[in-house]
Amino acid sequence: MTMTAEASRGVPLVDMRDIHVAFGGVHAVDGVSLDLYPGEVVGLVGGNGAGKTTLIKTLSGAHKADSGEIYINGEKATIETPRDAKKYAIETIYQTLALAENIDAPSNMFLGREVLSRWKTLDDRAMEQAARQVMGRLNPQFQNLLTPVKSLSGGQRQSVAIARAVHFNARILIMDEPTAALGPAETAQVHDLINQLKTEGIGIFLISHDIHGVFDLADRISVMLQGKLVGTVDKDDVTKDEVLAMIIIGKLPGTATRAELQELH
Amino acid sequence: MSVTASPPVPPESSQAPSRRLRLGPSLRAAEIDMRLLGMLGALGLIWVGFHFWSGGTFLTPRNLWNLSVQTATVAIMATGMVLIIVSRNIDLSVGSVLGAVGMAMAMLQREILPDWIGYNHWAMWIIALAAGLLLGALIGGLHGFIIAYVGVPSFIVTLGGYLVWRGVAWWQASGQTIAPMDTTFQLLGGGSRGNIGGLWSWVVGGVACLAIVFMAVNGRRQRTKFGLRLRPLGMDVGLAALSCGVVLGAVGYLNLYYLPERVAAERGGGDIPFGLANPVLILIGVTLVMTFIATRLRFGRYVFAIGGNPEAAELGGIKTRWVIMKTFILMGILVAIAAAVQTARLNAAVSGLGQSAELYVIAAAVIGGTSFAGGVGTVSGAVLGALVMQSLQSGMVLVGVEAPIQDVAAGVVLVFAVALDTIFKRRPK
Repeated sequence: MTMTAEASRGVPLVDMRDIHVAFGGVHAVDGVSLDLYPGEVVGLVGGNGAGKTTLIKTLSGAHKADSGEIYINGEKATIETPRDAKKYAIETIYQTLALAENIDAPSNMFLGREVLSRWKTLDDRAMEQAARQVMGRLNPQFQNLLTPVKSLSGGQRQSVAIARAVHFNARILIMDEPTAALGPAETAQVHDLINQLKTEGIGIFLISHDIHGVFDLADRISVMLQGKLVGTVDKDDVTKDEVLAMIIIGKLPGTATRAELQELH
Repeated sequence: MSVTASPPVPPESSQAPSRRLRLGPSLRAAEIDMRLLGMLGALGLIWVGFHFWSGGTFLTPRNLWNLSVQTATVAIMATGMVLIIVSRNIDLSVGSVLGAVGMAMAMLQREILPDWIGYNHWAMWIIALAAGLLLGALIGGLHGFIIAYVGVPSFIVTLGGYLVWRGVAWWQASGQTIAPMDTTFQLLGGGSRGNIGGLWSWVVGGVACLAIVFMAVNGRRQRTKFGLRLRPLGMDVGLAALSCGVVLGAVGYLNLYYLPERVAAERGGGDIPFGLANPVLILIGVTLVMTFIATRLRFGRYVFAIGGNPEAAELGGIKTRWVIMKTFILMGILVAIAAAVQTARLNAAVSGLGQSAELYVIAAAVIGGTSFAGGVGTVSGAVLGALVMQSLQSGMVLVGVEAPIQDVAAGVVLVFAVALDTIFKRRPK
């Protein structure tokens, strides 16, 4: 099953237009436009410092864009804080996982969105039960939920971060290097999960260095270089080498010379 | 559809729990905090050591009663310092703020309010205390605002506060001693009238025992309900009995401290126990409330999350600045409570009130297990830490160690305690 970026698919879930972010005089993101449709995975690739993470942070509310517009379901959205993003059902799995190491998995899952009892106190039992439910789906082997996150394995920590996004019914999921710290088995697990979420109609931005992984999962691939969008291509229309050429020399398929392509190897 | 049915499970994640089960069932079943045991051991050592060194005067009801009152001010502030340090901040100004707020409450009672309502008005102590609490909250809020919203490091802000508020304490009365306090206000500080007597002390002890039993029973019921492993019944019963014994034993022993004959004569004579002093009751109340705030409220959870990973807290949508500011407001209120107790106990305010209290408060929190790396600490640990520090200090006073040498000992113990803890933690579990 493949999906293409035809205009006939209607209103995009996310439509980022002409986003600019500058740090001092450096243009980290320089006029980038991206879109994402329901049930679609858009791979966002590029070298270190290409501006992928910064771009995506403007969508997750971790960083404010200097200029540009974001439309969610066709309506103009104002996203200035992570809270704003969550209102639009945008969930982010950060590369760093963004877990508080000293507290347990349920507390991390519900961080900032705690379940409260009638008396406005923390309802830890309810949060633990909800965590067990989600974890039963994501990582059934992970049972010791009530230990501080710092004593968990890489895979378990990853599942906590993913559980946090999944539990709150994300419609737009941002995954920044979701498998960078994982072994092969755990990576396969995350890939399965992405495919499942896709079938549920969730739109996913997948940021990755791993071009093979992106080719396995993404429907479209957007390439960034030095803060600019090189281009967005349908995965089925390009080869890995052509995407590599976009990443490294910033040339769209068909425009790179044979010599240039040769140098990539 | 189950996502994880197909791929093989990485060995580490599947074996970790079972390995743990095999390794130390007895240790885990006990679930006794090693740090708590260590602290109680150190406390016992200090008490017994000073008892012999002082020729048998440390462990008398009279001395322990005094110790309980002296511990109160430092312990009250330490409960707030825990949250400050847990969120990766520090407050060096608590001693000076105590001085400034204590002096303000004294000035209200001696210089300002009498012009309006006269001396010894029934509402005097309420107005003075309320004004003090408000002032403490405002000072804490000011510190917190500069730290959280302006972004000046807490070390710098409260170092400045250390100087400023000490100066303000002096300036209010131009260095004079302000005394005495309102007679009702004095009750906040303990003394021969500021206590609840023998009978009510037994009542407090009894209530504490009931609470201990209730918590033990409730804990077992919850664990059964949620299918968690239970401790052996005997151990739970033993622990509850031991805790009750300690509480009732402490009450009984403190009740052996009787009012002086002259005071007792006014109340019909005979051996009339002091009973628990008001500062101790205030401390108990503060400890319960602060433990509740730290562990049961969203605010407390946020403080710990910020200490564990400030970025994660921010990305989780927590208003981290406001949380930090609130910790300092809370600290200011606790300092004001301590200031009320202290001025009431001394029945006077001097410009040096609370001098170097910040060091004892920070030391108490740290000895009580609060980590400077952030994210770790308990309110009850800090109270116990305060008791350790105060035991050390009053023990040295008792045996006649000179003041500078007391500081040497206190400093050495502080570093030694944290060093031990660091080494202990570094060892593989």
